[in-house]
Amino acid sequence: MSQSISTNLFRVFLVLLLAAPWLGLGSYPMHLIIMSLLLGFIYTSWALMGRLGLVSLGHGAFLGIGAYSVVLLWNQYGLSPFIGTFVAVAVTVVVAIVIGYPCFRFKIVGHYFALVTLALAEVVRLVIVAERDITGGSLGLTPKPGIAEGSTYSIWAMQSSTRIVWFYLILACWLFALWVWRRVDQSMQRDALQAISEEEDAAASIGINVTRTKLQITVLSAVMTCLGGVLYAQYQLYINPETVSGVGISLQIVFGVIAGGMFVMLGPTFGAVFLLALQEILRILIGNQIHGLDLLIYGALLIFFIIKMPNGILGTLLKRHR
Amino acid sequence: MPSFWVGDISLSMARLIAFSVAMVAIAATYLFLNKTYAGTAIRAISQDRGIMPLMGVDPGRIYLLTSAVGGALAGLAACLLVLQYDIHPAIGLTFGPITFLVCVMGGLGNLVGGFVAAFIFAQFISVGGYVIAIEWGYVLAFVFFIAMMFIRPEGILTQRR
Repeated sequence: MSQSISTNLFRVFLVLLLAAPWLGLGSYPMHLIIMSLLLGFIYTSWALMGRLGLVSLGHGAFLGIGAYSVVLLWNQYGLSPFIGTFVAVAVTVVVAIVIGYPCFRFKIVGHYFALVTLALAEVVRLVIVAERDITGGSLGLTPKPGIAEGSTYSIWAMQSSTRIVWFYLILACWLFALWVWRRVDQSMQRDALQAISEEEDAAASIGINVTRTKLQITVLSAVMTCLGGVLYAQYQLYINPETVSGVGISLQIVFGVIAGGMFVMLGPTFGAVFLLALQEILRILIGNQIHGLDLLIYGALLIFFIIKMPNGILGTLLKRHR
Repeated sequence: MPSFWVGDISLSMARLIAFSVAMVAIAATYLFLNKTYAGTAIRAISQDRGIMPLMGVDPGRIYLLTSAVGGALAGLAACLLVLQYDIHPAIGLTFGPITFLVCVMGGLGNLVGGFVAAFIFAQFISVGGYVIAIEWGYVLAFVFFIAMMFIRPEGILTQRR
């Protein structure tokens, strides 16, 4: 597939997407589209660093920090989620640096880096569960309703009962993530990171500041994931430690990106759409008769894709047509 | 199963049985890896997987044997856990990540290191859990793991290069 055709296809797709709320889709399909875009945003944020050899199994931590900071500040102090977002981002930056700096300074790479971040994800989940008096523990947390009677939205509370608002907000964030991806792709940093992921000492010897370059992309990726957590909390209006932090969601992000293809721009989003569609279709087709079979098939398909298509579905398709 | 008291400490028979069987299994694994021909082959192939086929060792068979032994030991561990915990379909998720972390903290391929790491990890969880709260015990253990990765990435018993 030549470059211009795929660009044009993307434009057509984008126009269709922009018009989606007026195509008369029901609220369930709209919900699925919104969730695909939201997960696409989070997956793309992960892939920003994942594709450059920084495989983090701890993005659940940043997702959890984003979601819980905002909802806790709103519930406990009545602070608007817009202000809460700044606090969440600040906490995320600090955590990312505290974990990232020693990792990169002491050259903790590959599996070891993955495990350190995995431990981080569990720490965040366990702290949320442990402080159950404030956070609600495993039962989860619901932001207090902030919409006045007779209105469908409240900007101060960042809540809206109509999906269309969420659709455009999350679409904008998703496009922002794609824009960041391209900016990173075109920058010097990308070449530097590519060199680092192949041979760290050689990269350092030609004057690349390894620690700083890695830290920059890590913080960028973490902050975007944190924003994803904020959006998730405000859209779903319900969060619990299992769905926004811990190993489960962190691995789900990684699997989704690998299934979609982490080396092409739309790969992570494709992975999100694919996983969501698979989940929903299997759930509708067989989930009610044989409980758990959908998850079994889902797991088996994931193994198949990871072994047979290391470039991911979209990555393999694009390569075949090139 | 019955339990008995030593001073103020209650010891349940189930835990003592699990402990003794685990100790025997660890000793047996250690002897197997260090004293038998197959064990030597396993250690050799983990050090250099390219050269061993030239020494007349079939790597495929050794991998098969290693996976089988590893799986059997995990199965034994699960049997011992059943003595103390309720089971549910997601029980593997509770222990999987911790097992992995303990192995890495001990140094991959280092049996004694793994044993020491597991012991320390367990103390964080049980003592921390007793003094503060059970989740905080886990939090401390994970934070300890992260710190150990920074200080001794090669394993808990090794010197930093």
